[in-house]
Amino acid sequence: MTATRSRDEILQILSRVCDPEIPVLTVLDLGIIRDVSVENDSSVIVTITPTYSGCPAMRLIETEIRAVLVEAGIPDPVIRTILHPAWTTDWMTPAGREKLERFGIAPPQPRDQHPPCPRCHSRNTRELSAFGSTACKALWQCQDCKEPFDYFKCH
Amino acid sequence: MSAPDSPLFLFARHMGDNGLILGHRLSEWCGHGPVLEQDITMTNIALDLIGQARLYYQLAAEMHPSDLTEDDIAYLRPERAYSNVLLVEQPNGDFAHTVLRQFLFDAWHLPFLHRLCDSPESGLGEIAAKAVKEVSYHYRWSREWVIRLGDGTEESHRRMTQALDDLWIYREELLLPSDWEQTLIRSEIIPDPDVLRPEWQHAIHATLSEAGLPIPQTPVIQQGGKNGIHTEHLGHLLAELQYMQRAYPGQVW
Ligand SMILES: [Zn+2]
Repeated sequence: MTATRSRDEILQILSRVCDPEIPVLTVLDLGIIRDVSVENDSSVIVTITPTYSGCPAMRLIETEIRAVLVEAGIPDPVIRTILHPAWTTDWMTPAGREKLERFGIAPPQPRDQHPPCPRCHSRNTRELSAFGSTACKALWQCQDCKEPFDYFKCH
Repeated sequence: MSAPDSPLFLFARHMGDNGLILGHRLSEWCGHGPVLEQDITMTNIALDLIGQARLYYQLAAEMHPSDLTEDDIAYLRPERAYSNVLLVEQPNGDFAHTVLRQFLFDAWHLPFLHRLCDSPESGLGEIAAKAVKEVSYHYRWSREWVIRLGDGTEESHRRMTQALDDLWIYREELLLPSDWEQTLIRSEIIPDPDVLRPEWQHAIHATLSEAGLPIPQTPVIQQGGKNGIHTEHLGHLLAELQYMQRAYPGQVW
């Protein structure tokens, strides 16, 4: 016999799953959880969407979502992946943006705006490469303190 | 006897083949890029393209009447069953060749995907809408490098001119529809190359002129990839790409 969990309780459980490549962000901060539904028979369906087509972390994230739900007593959660609508950095939460900046990664900016340096907050920054250490990041440099930094690029 | 494959299946598999083969080529640069940033860039683009290839293969596998999987499609076909364009299987050569191959591909890929987003075949439209965001970064990168190298030093200009001479004959195939593409164009499921052509031609000519590179005048066109007739390079590439599954069938991580 399994107790029915509310949608909010499920979201609370999901907030324990982090992006393996940017461990300060939860899957909720990233905006990749598109839907959570609890069916009449208490079964749980979680709908997720990938950030980038080739994001190697997606499979692991799916495995971890399943693991935390099973651990919380939900026997056989269904995890669905959808492509549409395509993920956008607009779905990142304000809390996620703050955590990124504290972690030393500049959060996504409105288009055509230079990201501020996460160390000295200067806007006098330049792009070194549109491609960085993971698919979601670009490599920038601060022209004032001279430090290079990661930028979670607009998508 | 099984029914022939549908045009939609063949097209999805073809799009996957373009991504897988070009992605594999770019991944050969891993650890060998001219500078760290460009090494990382080429492997990032490889990752995007291989990710997109998986989505197309998954779509193809879903619509196939058998229990075919994306891995079967990627790893267990002979060379003649691959339908990628010849351009993407050409060897990396020097950095100029890799950059130009990428640019010629992206200059077609980006406007093609923009239009494919509106396909009434929702499976294709959804992949295109996802991919177009990634490919706009690819195009920005390859276009900038064509200009930087063409308009760079004497040596970089010479190398780009050589790359153009070597690769120019392969660009046209992207806009020459196969039989199965023609069926899909007629039913407006994929974009019509004739509608795409002016924009594509303009993008290429404008970039080459900004780079100070001459537009080659050769009328020669090489094609055949969409029908499985490849250059000698694809077999060697597949020998490496398929090695694990051929040596250890069914092997998993
Ligand atoms: Zn700074």
